[in-house]
Amino acid sequence: MNIEIEELAKEFGQTRALYPVSLSMPSGALVALLGPSGSGKTTLLRILGGLEFPTSGRVLFSGEDATGLSVQERRAGFVFQSYALFKHMTVFENIAYGLRARKRRERPTEAEIGRRVNKLLDLIQLPDIGPRYTSQLSGGQRQRVALARALAIEPRILLLDEPFGALDAKVRKELRQGLREIHDRTGLTTVFVTHDQEEAMELADLVVVMSMGRIEQVGKPAEIRAKPASDFVRDFTAA
Amino acid sequence: MSEIAYTRAVPVTSEPPLVRYLAIGVALVFVALFLFAPLVTVFAEALKQGWLASIDTLRLPDAQAAIRMTLTIAAIAVPINAAFGIAAAWAITKFDFPAKSFVMTLIDLPFSVSPVVAGLMLVLLFGANSTLGGWLIANDMPIVFAFPGIVLATLFVTFPFVAREIIPVMIEQGRAEEEAALTLGASGWRIFFIVTLPNIRWALLYGILLCNARAMGEFGAVAVVSGKIRGQTATMPTMVEMFYNEYLSVAAFTLAAVLAMLALLTLLLKSLLEWRHADVLAATRRH
Repeated sequence: MNIEIEELAKEFGQTRALYPVSLSMPSGALVALLGPSGSGKTTLLRILGGLEFPTSGRVLFSGEDATGLSVQERRAGFVFQSYALFKHMTVFENIAYGLRARKRRERPTEAEIGRRVNKLLDLIQLPDIGPRYTSQLSGGQRQRVALARALAIEPRILLLDEPFGALDAKVRKELRQGLREIHDRTGLTTVFVTHDQEEAMELADLVVVMSMGRIEQVGKPAEIRAKPASDFVRDFTAA
Repeated sequence: MSEIAYTRAVPVTSEPPLVRYLAIGVALVFVALFLFAPLVTVFAEALKQGWLASIDTLRLPDAQAAIRMTLTIAAIAVPINAAFGIAAAWAITKFDFPAKSFVMTLIDLPFSVSPVVAGLMLVLLFGANSTLGGWLIANDMPIVFAFPGIVLATLFVTFPFVAREIIPVMIEQGRAEEEAALTLGASGWRIFFIVTLPNIRWALLYGILLCNARAMGEFGAVAVVSGKIRGQTATMPTMVEMFYNEYLSVAAFTLAAVLAMLALLTLLLKSLLEWRHADVLAATRRH
C-alpha cells in the first residue's frame, strides 16, 4: 500500500514539531526517516500510526484519505522504541493480543489464533519462547516479539520507532538483516525511524532526511550519498 | 549478583558487624516498643476477665450495632473510593489537561486537613443551620447525625489512599503499553481491563487495604458528623471511646481488639496473595 503525505504539519501548543511536509512512499518500500532528535521524525511516524493527529494536511493510504481514521481503524502495525510489551503476559499472549481484541464476529477461533501465533514465532525465528514472560527475554528477542505482535493484526503498513535503538552494536547488525528479511517476505510498506545514518543507508530503499521539523532530502541511499541536497545532509550522512 | 559478592565473605556494601547488629537491634526495639507492645496491651486488657467476659461484651446490642455500622461503612466507602481513585489516577497520568496540578493538590487535601475539620465542614454544609441542610431535613433526608453523613465523612477522609498508591506506578509505566494496545485495535475498556489494571493491581490492592483500614478506623471526622448516637450512628472507634469513658474497660478493649483483628486480617490477606503470586510478581517486577 502506498502512502502519500500532503502538506502535513503538527504543532504542540506554541512549538512546531513539523512544518508542512509532503512525501510519497511507494507500495512495498522500506523507508527510513533519518534525522537527529527533535527533527520531527517520530512525530511524523506517530501521525502515520494515528497516535497523533496533524494540525493540518492529509495522509493518504492507497489514495484514500486516512487523516481522520482512529488508531484502531488504521490497522498500522507499530513497534515502539522500548517495545512496550505487556509485562504481565506471556510472549504467546502478547502476540495474540491484537487477534483477541477483535470484535466477536471477526475474531479467529482459539485454534486459529494458536496457529497464527506459532507461525509468527517461526517467522521471527524464536519458535519455542511462547510460554515465557517478556522479562525473561534478551533485548533482541523482545524486539522481535514486538515485531511479531505488530504483524499479528495483519497490518496494512508497518511502522517502527527506533527499532534498534535499545540494542548493542552486534545484535543491531543481526536484527537489521532480520527486519530486511521480514519486510521482503511480508511485502508491507515499512517505515522506520532512526538517528543512525549507517542503519538508514544500509537497510532502506528510500531515505527521508529530516531536520528541525522539515524534510531536507528524499532519495535512494546512493543518491543521497552522491548528491546531498544541503550542507546539513552532507554533514549528517558523512560516516 | 556479581562474582565478587560470591568470592568475598562480606559483601562490599556491608558495614562492620557491630554497626549492623546495632542498627538491627534499634529497629527491633523500636518495632517492639511502639508497634507490638500496644497491640499486645489491647488484647491483654480485653481478656483481663477471661474469654467469656469479653465475648459477653460483644453481645451488647450497642457493640453489635457498632460492628455492623463499621462493616457497612467500609463496604460502601472502599469500592467507591477504589473506583474514583482509579479514575482520578487514570485521568492524571494518561492524559494532559489544564489544571492538572490543581487536581493533584485536591486529591491530597484530605491528608492535609484534620479529620475533625473535615467533619465540621460536613456539619456546616449539611447541618440544620445551613440552607441546604434545612431543606434536606425538611424533606426527610438528614445527612448530619445520620448514616449518609458518616459515609460522606469516611469517603472524604479515605479518598487519597487508592489514588496516591497507584499514581506513581502509573507514571512510571507511562503510556507506551496503552498506545501499543491501541495500535493493536483494542477498545478503551479492553485496554483498561487487560493492560492497565493488571499493571497496577498490586499497588491497587495495597491502596484498597490502606483505604479499608482507615475507613474502619476513622474516628475524628465520624465522631463530629455522626453525633455518636448509640445503636444508630456509633461506629466501632466511637463506641470504643464511649465504653472507655464509661469505665467499661473490658468492653472498650474487646471492641478495640476486634477492630485490630479486622486490620490484621486484611494484612494477612495481602501477604497470602503476595505469597501465592510470588512467581508472577518476580517475573513482572524485573525489567
